Amino acid sequence: MIDINAYGEYKTSWCPGCGNHDVLKALKQALAELDLAPHQVAHVSGIGQAAKAPHYITLNGFNGLHGRGLPPAQAVKLVNPALTVIAESGDGCNYGEGGNHFLAAIRRNVDMTLLAHDNQIYGLTKGQASPTTFEGHVTKSQPDGVTNAPFNPIAVAVAMRANFVARAFSGNVPHLVKMIQAAINHPGFAMVDIFSPCISFNKVNTFGWYKQRCYELGDDYDPTNWDAAMEKAYEFGDRIPMGVIWKTDRKPLNERLPMCAKGALGKQPVDKAVLEGIMQAYI
Amino acid sequence: MSIHSRHIVIGGAAGQGLVTVGQLLCKSMIRAGYEVLVTQDYMSRVRGGHNTYNIRVGVEPLTGPTDACDILVALNQETVELHRNSLSSKGLLVLDEELDALGLPALKVPFATLAPKAIFQNVAALGVLCSALGIAKEIPSKLVHDSFGKKGDAVVQQNMQVLDDAYAWGLANGLECEKLPQPKNLTPRMFLNGNEAIALGALAAGVKFCSFYPMTPATSVAQNLITHGRKMGVIVEQVEDEIAALNMGLGASYAGAPTLVPTSGGGFALMTEAVSLAGVMEQPVVIVLAQRPGPATGLPTRTEQADLNLVLYAGHGEFPRAIFAPGTIEECFLLTHKAFDITEKYQTPAFVLTDQELADRHMGVVPFDLSRLPAVAQPDLGDGAAEQYRRYALTRDGLSPRRIPGYGSSIVLADCHEHTEDGHITEDMGMRVAMNDKRFIKAEGMVDEVVPPKRFGAAHPKRLLVCWGSTEGAAREAADMLNAKGESVGVLSFSQVWPLNPGQFMADLEAAEEVICVEGNKTAQFARLLRQETGFAMHGTVLRYDGRPFTPDYILGKLAG
Ligand SMILES: Cc1ncc(C[n+]2csc(CCOP(=O)(O)OP(=O)(O)O)c2C)c(N)n1
Ligand code: SF4
Ligand SMILES: [Mg+2]
Repeated sequence: MIDINAYGEYKTSWCPGCGNHDVLKALKQALAELDLAPHQVAHVSGIGQAAKAPHYITLNGFNGLHGRGLPPAQAVKLVNPALTVIAESGDGCNYGEGGNHFLAAIRRNVDMTLLAHDNQIYGLTKGQASPTTFEGHVTKSQPDGVTNAPFNPIAVAVAMRANFVARAFSGNVPHLVKMIQAAINHPGFAMVDIFSPCISFNKVNTFGWYKQRCYELGDDYDPTNWDAAMEKAYEFGDRIPMGVIWKTDRKPLNERLPMCAKGALGKQPVDKAVLEGIMQAYI
Repeated sequence: MSIHSRHIVIGGAAGQGLVTVGQLLCKSMIRAGYEVLVTQDYMSRVRGGHNTYNIRVGVEPLTGPTDACDILVALNQETVELHRNSLSSKGLLVLDEELDALGLPALKVPFATLAPKAIFQNVAALGVLCSALGIAKEIPSKLVHDSFGKKGDAVVQQNMQVLDDAYAWGLANGLECEKLPQPKNLTPRMFLNGNEAIALGALAAGVKFCSFYPMTPATSVAQNLITHGRKMGVIVEQVEDEIAALNMGLGASYAGAPTLVPTSGGGFALMTEAVSLAGVMEQPVVIVLAQRPGPATGLPTRTEQADLNLVLYAGHGEFPRAIFAPGTIEECFLLTHKAFDITEKYQTPAFVLTDQELADRHMGVVPFDLSRLPAVAQPDLGDGAAEQYRRYALTRDGLSPRRIPGYGSSIVLADCHEHTEDGHITEDMGMRVAMNDKRFIKAEGMVDEVVPPKRFGAAHPKRLLVCWGSTEGAAREAADMLNAKGESVGVLSFSQVWPLNPGQFMADLEAAEEVICVEGNKTAQFARLLRQETGFAMHGTVLRYDGRPFTPDYILGKLAG
């Protein structure tokens, strides 16, 4: 096990009481227990409160654009399969601005983990509706209440048979640690949608609101049963299930590509003899 | 001196195999020792429409397309109708005996008899044309062997039979067609287009990752990398959109792969936020932009040079960039190779700006001498003093050693905000200024490495034609034609359009009595850029924006009138 201090201790710009603090704590613990040293991990994010995470932990990091965390994350894994790749950012980043990349990432199935902080609001831009904000939720920008139907990331991911789909809550760190570790260990695209309450801008889905509803799925639940998983994906009312909702084992892209078999692409020399042969074929 | 050359135009509907006939014929002519230059004119459709494959053949090196037509190979009636007036006085029409020659001197070929099945028509046409042009039969025979060998002996045999019959028919039906002069160039040459040369240049430079979303006329850059990717260890991923393409490319670059992202104007417009990301993150990447006419979807399969401003200014905020604009197929190779070096050395995006004409222009090109290529800059592969490593360390020349995550124990934090030396978000004014200045100190080094413009035509010209990118060939030939008439015309051709290094060319501009910018857009973008950077106002422009490539005749016409 790695000493947790290896991941550093940083001053954050998050509000005291924001769920993100606990997600950060859980990530460090998960990595330490998995024996992943900082240089073995690439931590990729977009923009938002959640997406600042690479600045608050010592890991290789790529803090990219709003909505665009997933494309570089996948590329990092393909180019250097030895790295453990974790993408982390908010509900707006992953399901709104980057929605197309989310769908594509599920289909592409690169071996990586997505930690999506779901606070059902845009935190960084001070409280507009996000794709997961409930219909009717009143915000400064939606003064008559949100009129769009909410996006259900779990249902979409299950419907598309993503390799691993889990839900967790920053208010239950031991369970969150387990989910992060299971996601990292599962081959292919693995996502954990994490309720991480925004105490400043979401007065509906508060810490207490989640606490009251979230329950852990028991051992009797079979996450390889797709029909059951679809049903759990839509259980989002008085009770909300936490745990591995669905998993399958479609072969990850990085295991399908012969180019990935030799290790880091950047270390492979240019084979001039092969290139000479390629040129000859144009004659 | 005007170049003596002959012009063969193959016309037909998409799907009729005109490209196949054209390619077989061109390869035969190159193998026979001729110089060949092909431009393609096609409509944005997969079947039907009217497309042409324009072959220029000669014994002297060729530089660009022309409008002439000495042999018109009509695969359908529409071709005869559309091109009857462009056929030269000694010209010949080659067509199927079922078609109507509309009274033109014609060679009516019984294709149905020569080719027992429709799929053999290409080879039948090859046989007839080679005999008509006086190319020894051994040459197309060997080509048919080389081209169809993989499909098995039976296929080769059938095609050889068709070729023999067609060639014999051509000889027997004595053609009233001026034979080509004796060829001179017996060096083995590749039959290569601009996009293929770009792909080869990237491979030679060590490209390892390419992410793309298909868009004409850039798609075949990625397609060529797909073809060779397995052998060369390159991952080519077709992605969900162009936004993903460049963001993914930057992730690949961060992880240590030399990366190429090809697109056209519309796709590039979607990438602009990530161009800015590459700038602040100091992430190397080569972006190939093959231009086509806009705005928006414009003329999807035609050519233009109207995206210079887009590439110059794409991306919010300020950061340095390099823009190469190859003028020839060879430069497509060499400058793509150089772009990989510059982007890694200066850790800022490098562009290769081409257009449909150059992307699809085919020529005979001697295989590139890989042993003579300069070395390409590499990231810092060391791991010394890992604890102290800072991705954006402030240095005298603005260059911070770029380490690759996972190669050692150094922690590499790449960031899109303004950042500290170790890559963390900062809002400190002093650090902001220091980092912005650092990025522009790099730009000073880039100016010293600018590829100087090339000079052609008269040595101390009275009239100077200034051009950039693919326009070079037509401008050179126009100057040659004017000089042959006793005028004094030179060409100054830019194959790097940013940054500019005025010391390299101001004397040329000032020495000429008249300086005219020749470029493929409506607003003279390069002429304006040059004025903005140097204060020099050119005296006139020759512009083209009808979607068709520059030809010498077009330039002469505009200069005259
Ligand atoms: C292209 C672009 N558009 C908009 C923004 C402004 N912006 C930054 S973060 C954000 C939304 C953040 O919401 P979310 O992803 O849910 O993250 P949170 O702050 O809630 O963790 C927006 C709209 C931006 N940075 N870039
Ligand atoms: S605004 Fe909300 S999401 Fe952002 S730090 Fe504060 S509590 Fe967290
Ligand atoms: Mg949010």
